[in-house]
Amino acid sequence: MSIRGKAFIVGAYEHPGRQLPDKTIPQIHAEIAIGALKDAGLELKDVDGFFSDAMGLGMGVVSMAEYLGLKLSYMDSTESGGSSYLCHVGHAATAIAEGKCKVALVSLAGKGRGGPGRYSEAPELGFEAPYGPVTVAWYALAAQRHMYEFGTTSRQLAEIKVAASHHAQYNPDAQLKNKVTVDEVLASPVVADPLHRLDCCVITDGGGAVIVVSPEIARDLPRRKVKILGHGEAPKHTNNGRIDLTYTGAVWSGPRAFEEAGVTHSDIDYASIYDSFTITVLLQIEDLGFCEKGKGGEFVSDGGLISPGGRLPFNTDGGGLCNNHPANRGGMTKILEAVRQLRGEARPEVQVPDCQVALAHGTGGSIGSRMGSATLILGQEDA
Amino acid sequence: MTDTADRALPTPAPVVNAETKPFWDATAQGKLLLARCRGCSTVIWYPRAFCPECGSFEIEWIEASGRGTIYSYTVNRRGQGDYRDLAYVVAYVELAEGPRVLTNIVDCDFEQLKVGQPVEVVFHPTPNGPALPRFKPASGG
Repeated sequence: MSIRGKAFIVGAYEHPGRQLPDKTIPQIHAEIAIGALKDAGLELKDVDGFFSDAMGLGMGVVSMAEYLGLKLSYMDSTESGGSSYLCHVGHAATAIAEGKCKVALVSLAGKGRGGPGRYSEAPELGFEAPYGPVTVAWYALAAQRHMYEFGTTSRQLAEIKVAASHHAQYNPDAQLKNKVTVDEVLASPVVADPLHRLDCCVITDGGGAVIVVSPEIARDLPRRKVKILGHGEAPKHTNNGRIDLTYTGAVWSGPRAFEEAGVTHSDIDYASIYDSFTITVLLQIEDLGFCEKGKGGEFVSDGGLISPGGRLPFNTDGGGLCNNHPANRGGMTKILEAVRQLRGEARPEVQVPDCQVALAHGTGGSIGSRMGSATLILGQEDA
Repeated sequence: MTDTADRALPTPAPVVNAETKPFWDATAQGKLLLARCRGCSTVIWYPRAFCPECGSFEIEWIEASGRGTIYSYTVNRRGQGDYRDLAYVVAYVELAEGPRVLTNIVDCDFEQLKVGQPVEVVFHPTPNGPALPRFKPASGG
């Protein structure tokens, strides 16, 4: 496998400005994007891959995709200083060769002197920050809307915490090891209606890592291997002020991962589902297709998520809700517990018997505004 | 809980840039402006000098009706910074012109709030000139 001959540069554009005090960085992004697309004879709507540096404001590529109105199947913000853009062309070619995207926009926009701070001048900031939308409030907005549209209840959300706590009781490293009941979740203080304190994940330090190798290297290593079967990713953003809070980016990242893996929902023995809040889990289970949209409340009830034996054994380490959410980023721990399950090394009380195929799903940013969404499907080494 | 929003909300100054200055200048005059694309007529939110629907840079400003309905809301009790120790409503209001905008609902009884409720804009001045568009239950609505 090589990128040789698998991708072509078909458009190029250099911004004619040299001193641009009256333009914002997002504006420069827009002007160079349109310039390069025009040069190529393509349109904004054709772009499905976006490669840009960490100088993008706010959430980087996700915030810039929102500003530009991009709908993407691939994004990358590898940061290696001035050489980033050469990395990006190489990464774009690899992504195209692998069918992850077809039209990649690779862009640099910034200011040489006195440029704004990355977070302090994100284009959306003036229209959000003054209103005090802390993280839990964003998620509460999604929960409230889901309840309005589908009749989902706080008791159903609480079932998700109950399942996580059931698993966490067997994890001696878990931040919260006590099993809780639905009533205990509902009795905990309301933080942002309709979310209670126990609808929220833990806040922890720490982290995790994985090693990914080629089949040739893997062959000679002693431990049980986990095969990477499929991947999908997508940003979801406020869509030019037409945000729909009832779904997440999993509606796009999930199908891509299933298609590449060549498996269906009935093949999934275990799922790590991002659980910053209980509502995060509910939305993603629906969006990944484990149940019909709006039916997540029923799906998670009556032990639906408990391992083993539930409809969808989930987060058997206790998840972010009870075990660990290091650096406020639960994506790595989602991968790690899926690996444990596929190796047969989860805690014995929660190990899925003969776990063959697992799904790990992450969301980043906020389901109430803009997010990154990514899905991995993993299998035992013989899968 | 029978909180009301009687206690004045903080009015942090918004970040203003070259793209959004006309919007914020108008708020000081009690006007809610929306950016609209001259090419495809899409009403754009948040305001920007670019149309994310068609890629046009030809943007005009129109005055909004100031009316809308609550798309979703939460009474947040864990504010940070200026909002610390305050219970307040964070909401998306769907404007009559289409966009769903993040805001606060004020002058309301928290217990009476509903998704779909009609609201109208009010302006709360910030220290630096611009005013924050917030919304209150519509009179007679």
